[in-house]
Amino acid sequence: MARLAALTGNNAAAEAIRQIKPDVFAAYPITPQTEMAEEVAQFVADGILDTEYIPVESEHSSMSACIGASLAGARAMTATASCGLAYMWELLPIAASLRSSVVMAVVNRAFNAPLNIHCSHDDSMGARDSGWIQLYSENAQEMYDNLIQAVKIAEDETVRLPVMVCMDGFIISHAVERLLLLEDKKVKNFLGEFKPAYPLLEVNNPVTLGACALPDYYTEHKKQHSEALRHSIDKIMGVANEYAKLSGRSYSLFESYQLADAEYGIVILNSAAGVTKAVVDKLRKEGVKAGLLKIRVYRPFPAAQIVQALKNLKVVAVLERTDSFGGVGSPVFTDISAAFMEASTKEKPLMVNYVYGLGGRDVGLEDIGKVYANLQAINQRGKIEKSFAYLQARE
Amino acid sequence: MSDLIEIRWHSRGGQGAMLAVRTLARAVIKDNKYAQGLPEFGPERMGAPIKAFNRFSTKPFSLYCGIVNPHVVVLLDPSITKLVDVTEGIYADSKLLVNIGLSLQEVREKLNLKNGKIYVVDATRIAQETLGRPMPNTPMMGALIKIVPVISLEVLLDEVAREFKEKFTSRVVEANLAAIKRGFEEVSGE
Repeated sequence: MARLAALTGNNAAAEAIRQIKPDVFAAYPITPQTEMAEEVAQFVADGILDTEYIPVESEHSSMSACIGASLAGARAMTATASCGLAYMWELLPIAASLRSSVVMAVVNRAFNAPLNIHCSHDDSMGARDSGWIQLYSENAQEMYDNLIQAVKIAEDETVRLPVMVCMDGFIISHAVERLLLLEDKKVKNFLGEFKPAYPLLEVNNPVTLGACALPDYYTEHKKQHSEALRHSIDKIMGVANEYAKLSGRSYSLFESYQLADAEYGIVILNSAAGVTKAVVDKLRKEGVKAGLLKIRVYRPFPAAQIVQALKNLKVVAVLERTDSFGGVGSPVFTDISAAFMEASTKEKPLMVNYVYGLGGRDVGLEDIGKVYANLQAINQRGKIEKSFAYLQARE
Repeated sequence: MSDLIEIRWHSRGGQGAMLAVRTLARAVIKDNKYAQGLPEFGPERMGAPIKAFNRFSTKPFSLYCGIVNPHVVVLLDPSITKLVDVTEGIYADSKLLVNIGLSLQEVREKLNLKNGKIYVVDATRIAQETLGRPMPNTPMMGALIKIVPVISLEVLLDEVAREFKEKFTSRVVEANLAAIKRGFEEVSGE
């Protein structure tokens, strides 16, 4: 029987971690850490979670500890946010290219300066090229479900890559909402035991990991990593299908909301997708064919599938909670543009890129409503005058 | 209960609005309804004006944002009306629940509240008399569920007892339960 729960995003993630039962949880316990790591520590202290909890002195060390533990054959997890993720930067590609199975909860929060602790996607978007799988979550339920699936994906013998699972800071991490939890036993059976391919502690079959590879072999290592990440998309879907049978909740690479016959679309990640759904419902009642594409799996990027889902729309806005300063646009916009360049399809929507909600700036129904109004105006004009803009900014 | 009730709390950092919205949301969800308790997305200094939000519904909703058109405004600290327009975005029939020891007519004049339907409860005095501290959040929770009967008093008392037992002594838990009951009983409205 599923358990009805009233939890914050942080509580929900901590609950998932308790049920996942990592062998090792290594986390920096102080700011910018969230109460998620504190709750996991409480579970261990109370004796209800049998995990080696390592309260390290920095995020650089938390990721180092997780990499070592994972390669030794342990199920290893951590959590961080904002500049904490930035501080473990050096270790992120190491975790990925060494093919560890670390799973990390990321509470999306802004980078300084100016000093800000609220929601932006600067942290995980900055880490998009580190070779990790990235999953994004609209609410506490999705954060809980994604974390459990992430462990199954990361530990799969055909994948063996680390996964970061993201939710919006404060808007989701600190807000209480309703969700359903699985039974402990179901999660345990779903995940099974972690079977590492080349465990470091297997003394009869000694292996070297993290060795030096100079110009002679470095390229081959990176190519294998690149292919593994691209191929992981099948397993991510496979795990989603298995999880749907277990939980009754369906997940895919992205969620299409009223998109099939839509003329005006918004592409968005995380909590603002919820607000956008409410605006789509309102516009549909007024006869406007509005739709939404909410990306769940951002790395590997489901390029062909997204092109297929968007190609027949008239105008699309890609809304992003971060800026790729000086770039063509923000990360997701750039990816979707490149996906259309690569695709053989002739159909293609007009597409704009808006930066929104930086540093926790609230994005409400009115803000999203204005975006759909812009898209209709662009359609009437038949051309884009400004393809990149900051929403909600004082001029 | 209508489909969606949106409640905006105005208080100062340290008066317990965050705890109140979260505890209320948990109580409503345990009663098998849908609810959300959101902190404000802004400064969290002690004494600074802050907002917090509650949404209650019989159906699922996906509004992960602040509340600009509240059905109910809860004013935990009336001195905030000098700094913030607490009636911003309210409907003609929105309810304003004010923590104050004045009559309904005096409140409307003193706080210069032009719209909405006013309810008063002297939550700070109740808190002083029950808890011995001016913490108005728990009596205000009791008053709120009286004027927005989304859950019964018993459901709220059960949830507060469960949560507070983990943090406080039984004397403090009992005092808070008494404060909630008095808030529920003593609130009066136009």
